[in-house]
Amino acid sequence: MSAKTYSDSYNIGDPANRVDGHLKVQGKARYAGENLFDAPTLVGWILGAKVASGTLTQIDTSKAQAQEGVQAVITYQNSPDQTPFGQPEDMGRFGQSRAMLNDTRIRYAGFPIALVVADTLEQARYAARLIDYTIEPGPISLLRAPEEADVVPEDIDGGYEADAGTGDIDSALANGTRLDVHYTTPNQVSAAMEPHTSIAYYDGDTLTVHSSVQVLASAVDCLSSTFNLPAEKIRVKSPYVGGGFGSKLGLHNDAILACIGSLLLQRPVKVAMSRRQVFHNAPHRGMSHQQMALSASDDGAIHGVQHHSSMPMAKDYAFAEGTGVAARINYKANAIDSQHRVKVVDSPMIDSVRAPGDAIGSLAFESAVDELCRAINMDPVTFRRNNIAPVHPLTGADFSTNNLDRCLDEGAKAFGWEDRQYRQSGTKKNGFGVSVGMRMNIIVPSQAKITVDSKGQFTVHTDMTDIGTGTYTILTQIVAQHFGVPAHCITIDLGDSDSPASSGSGGSFGASSSGTAVLNACEALAARLSELAGLAQGNELVQFDGEQVRFGEGDTQQTHNLSELLRNAGEPAQDSLSAQGEVKPDEDHDKYAQYSCAAHFAEVSVDTVTGEVRVIRQHGAFSAGRILNHKTAGSQLKGGMVWGTSYALFEDLQQDPRDGSFVNCDFAEYHFAVNRDIGELSLDIIEEPDYKACKLGSKGIGELGITGSGAAIANAVFDATGVRVRDFPITPDKVMAGL
Amino acid sequence: MSSITINGQTHGLPQDPRTTLLDFMHQHLQLFGAKKGCDHGQCGACTVLVDGERMNACLLLTFQLAGKSIVTIEGLASDDELHPLQQAFIDNDAFQCGFCTSGQICSGVALKSELEKNRPSTLWFDPDYTKTEDVKERLSGNLCRCGAYPHIIDAVSICTDEQEA
Amino acid sequence: MKPFSVFSLQDKQDLSKVASFEHSRFLAGGTNLVDLMKHQIEEPDQIVDLSGWQEAHQISESDHKVTIGALVTNTELADFAYRQPTLSLLSQALLAGATVQLRNRATTGGNLLQRTRCYYFYDTTKACNKREPGSGCAALDGFNRIHAVLGTSEHCIASHPSDMATAMTALDATVHTMNAAGEVRHIPVRELYTLPGDTPHIETQLGADELITAVSINKTARGTQIYQKVRDRSSYAFALVSVACAMHVKDGIIENINLAFGGVGSRPWHAKSAEDYLRGKSATEALFSQAADVELSAAKGSGGNDFKIPMLKRTLVHVLGQAASHQQQHPDHEGAIHVR
Repeated sequence: MSAKTYSDSYNIGDPANRVDGHLKVQGKARYAGENLFDAPTLVGWILGAKVASGTLTQIDTSKAQAQEGVQAVITYQNSPDQTPFGQPEDMGRFGQSRAMLNDTRIRYAGFPIALVVADTLEQARYAARLIDYTIEPGPISLLRAPEEADVVPEDIDGGYEADAGTGDIDSALANGTRLDVHYTTPNQVSAAMEPHTSIAYYDGDTLTVHSSVQVLASAVDCLSSTFNLPAEKIRVKSPYVGGGFGSKLGLHNDAILACIGSLLLQRPVKVAMSRRQVFHNAPHRGMSHQQMALSASDDGAIHGVQHHSSMPMAKDYAFAEGTGVAARINYKANAIDSQHRVKVVDSPMIDSVRAPGDAIGSLAFESAVDELCRAINMDPVTFRRNNIAPVHPLTGADFSTNNLDRCLDEGAKAFGWEDRQYRQSGTKKNGFGVSVGMRMNIIVPSQAKITVDSKGQFTVHTDMTDIGTGTYTILTQIVAQHFGVPAHCITIDLGDSDSPASSGSGGSFGASSSGTAVLNACEALAARLSELAGLAQGNELVQFDGEQVRFGEGDTQQTHNLSELLRNAGEPAQDSLSAQGEVKPDEDHDKYAQYSCAAHFAEVSVDTVTGEVRVIRQHGAFSAGRILNHKTAGSQLKGGMVWGTSYALFEDLQQDPRDGSFVNCDFAEYHFAVNRDIGELSLDIIEEPDYKACKLGSKGIGELGITGSGAAIANAVFDATGVRVRDFPITPDKVMAGL
Repeated sequence: MSSITINGQTHGLPQDPRTTLLDFMHQHLQLFGAKKGCDHGQCGACTVLVDGERMNACLLLTFQLAGKSIVTIEGLASDDELHPLQQAFIDNDAFQCGFCTSGQICSGVALKSELEKNRPSTLWFDPDYTKTEDVKERLSGNLCRCGAYPHIIDAVSICTDEQEA
Repeated sequence: MKPFSVFSLQDKQDLSKVASFEHSRFLAGGTNLVDLMKHQIEEPDQIVDLSGWQEAHQISESDHKVTIGALVTNTELADFAYRQPTLSLLSQALLAGATVQLRNRATTGGNLLQRTRCYYFYDTTKACNKREPGSGCAALDGFNRIHAVLGTSEHCIASHPSDMATAMTALDATVHTMNAAGEVRHIPVRELYTLPGDTPHIETQLGADELITAVSINKTARGTQIYQKVRDRSSYAFALVSVACAMHVKDGIIENINLAFGGVGSRPWHAKSAEDYLRGKSATEALFSQAADVELSAAKGSGGNDFKIPMLKRTLVHVLGQAASHQQQHPDHEGAIHVR
């Protein structure tokens, strides 16, 4: 390791370099598909169904089986016993059986009907081509119009009620200037750079699975449910994840199929989805219809907010996105009416994609709010500023902290909102937009174990993951600060299901949840050390200097030798000492409305001949409690802003209405932002620790950057051209049509 | 010639002509630095240097590369020494999940020599183009879903700034 | 990928040594062919590998003409053409396409023969007359936002994706070929591609054993050259529409005009009717608009791509206007200008 990385201070908040950086920049971090067992790894290739619904009536694998290198062709006819998909019902969707090749029913386009396992990828892929099969197609149910969505989901993601509101919406909307608009957002995918990949090895006793997954404990449950194996005989490892964005919250077809292959062959089997397969075999975000009615008085007070969301829900997979939650929280109003309806469809799995609910909810809602500002001729920053909710608009609960006003004020100042300059250069016109975002903050139960050895080396074990979020680094900082030790004395061991269960990564809850668990473990360890030193338990400052441990400060400070303390720890003599920590949501999570908040500003340039939009700059002002690492936090927030650009302008997974399959299943035609698409990107962080959120004072940031950022771009496009595109993304053809 | 040099080591060509360079490195050499993000030349995660020029390893059939010298992310520096651009990626936090990083860094290393060779980009037809925009265009063949682009540009500037000086 | 045998071609004369060209493909850079082979869309039994064919890497030049070897990479050609005002279109088009990684590998001959990006051509579970003759065309009633509006048929509406070929079409390049019998042909690129008709799987007039050896371009395109590409994102995206234009204006009259469109045709679209309409006339915006209408009178949208017709017209009128105005201010100008 070069000295450079570790010469920086690793106290909490410091903009410290990532501790996993050395491995990653050298290509040495081993992602799921890059792990090796003692036995050579076989390669599996998925054969997907040609149609989206129906029954497999015939399958002939004989030609494939005869190919050189082919070890097995697995179909429903010879796959191991599994629990039916979705069972048991009370396990939650990530712990239920995700059985594959278990029956003849086709659940969606590209649904796996066979797995070819061979010595090499080329052998497996070609053999799969030789499988002959017949599917009796079934009817296709898709969401073709918003009124078809008439099912009230039991609940919506984030634990919200499907319907919520306050006040008399009809009279509120009848009062003042009223706007009625219908927005749509398209199907979208996470498109993590690492395709979903797993290597499974069943040695006759234990099933070990290297998979790219965000949450490990439920992954073990899932395998246990699927294959009826005891959880103790299953180990899932995922220390490096090449991007998740919600698409790897649970295990997917690659993992189940790799296990099926290995259970059958008792050899390591690797299954990596091809990029094309990822589009159908990993979850996506469903398209949304968002019908909104808004009203405001001429002096800029919002009277009524109505948001009705219609979305598809995948058959046998109860996930409904909370598209309307932005409309419930962003502003105060005399009345709010938010409703979610779904239609059950024959679609690949619909599940979380980064900032479920808010990413697309804020895109449409904050665009509509902009329209309302225009309708009453008010500055959109002032309008938003005036309507900030002092308490939760629906529940009346106090906010634990809420700095949206400062985000707007300081963001506008840094961006130069008041002094914005309009220019026309040739055919290009510029424009400016603003929007806000509020993202809920939660804590998910988490555990961690910390161990110190006699040399003063610390190791943290938790099954937490680092999906690019910086977990390795912030957990290092928590330990480093707590014990006053340099980062190189700390090892963070993540992504192993044998370690204590954590929240995993997702929903912006990872850092606060796993971080607090680690902090509590540190405190428990300090208390135990104090006890061994014969000192009052709990409230002592415990700092390490190599093998010397200092207790307390000033006059009462004592120093003990670590080895001696360990010798006191018990018989036989210990060479290390461990302590556990955990965290659960406390009463402050019920009592207070906990949100992080954002104000987004954007400047775009629009070609008035072709309709092409280019982003000149984006500025975000964020408040998310205490920042654990200003460097990695900034990266995540900026990454979210990049997604905002991508959602506003590019991303659109087209679904063929004839058969429910996705059409543009590659990166040449499913566009997300490339480097040149991103303009100047800057941010401000308004830091105020929120100790009601967690002991660390931090709140989630992983999804905050995207919440609202796309709408600022959309509003800037309107500002430049007078063209309001209500059907995202804002592609050149749609802009041109309005020019 | 029926061999290929990768990071200074000579290897015989794979028996199966269908084997791409990327799969050859992954399946036969356990060299996992170049990543498979799309396998179709649409993401840049597998970018390697072939006789100094950057290419997508996923689209190269290995048998076509007899006699060629390949450098991957693992070959940019030795052991725990880092290439200056690798260090710049750490210092600028130019990655998050790290999966596109090998390709981004190989592209950045190639970019330096491309600028030295005065290779034009599409920006060069605009007399008012900025250097930053030019670098963004040249790095647009490397997708990053974490959205680390601004920091990648910051990191790569150590290559382009040297070029200017 | 289907197993295949490899014949290694060292010289074009080696063509005669190839036993059979049935189910055979020439492999140059492979940036499209290897992609298609992995998808098992292209399934050759034999690859004629061109990587040992040294002679085809040369660019040769005389006062009037440049000859580009079939294996000259897109990077090399863009670099060369960047420094030649009369070939500027070629450089502009190449650099507007793909990525550095792909351009470093893709070749001149291979780029000409790259295949469509039609979603349904790429999805082997779908009907496609180009991939599987007689199976139908899923794009006609499906998603066709990226599809062609010119030169299509009821059997295929796929667009040709090449930027380079569009520039070569504008510049009236000639494709040089040789077959196994040693016969040499010189085919204007404007005639290289066949229209889909009822045989969309046949895309060029080349025989199975016919190898592109070089492309030559006479340095006859006078005046200001503009390649404008409209696309969904700022880089690394295929053209929604593109216009390749070289225009020479003298005393307000269009003396010389070369015009081709990309992204809109079943082949790189030589806008001959528009050229004929413009040539010899006074350069005015009204004329440009009429010329666009003349060329686009036969254009036919399929729903999702209807927008390409007005988008192409707007882009064309703008490009013609920019070129004309630059020519009027700088009568002797040759080469690129930046479109604003």
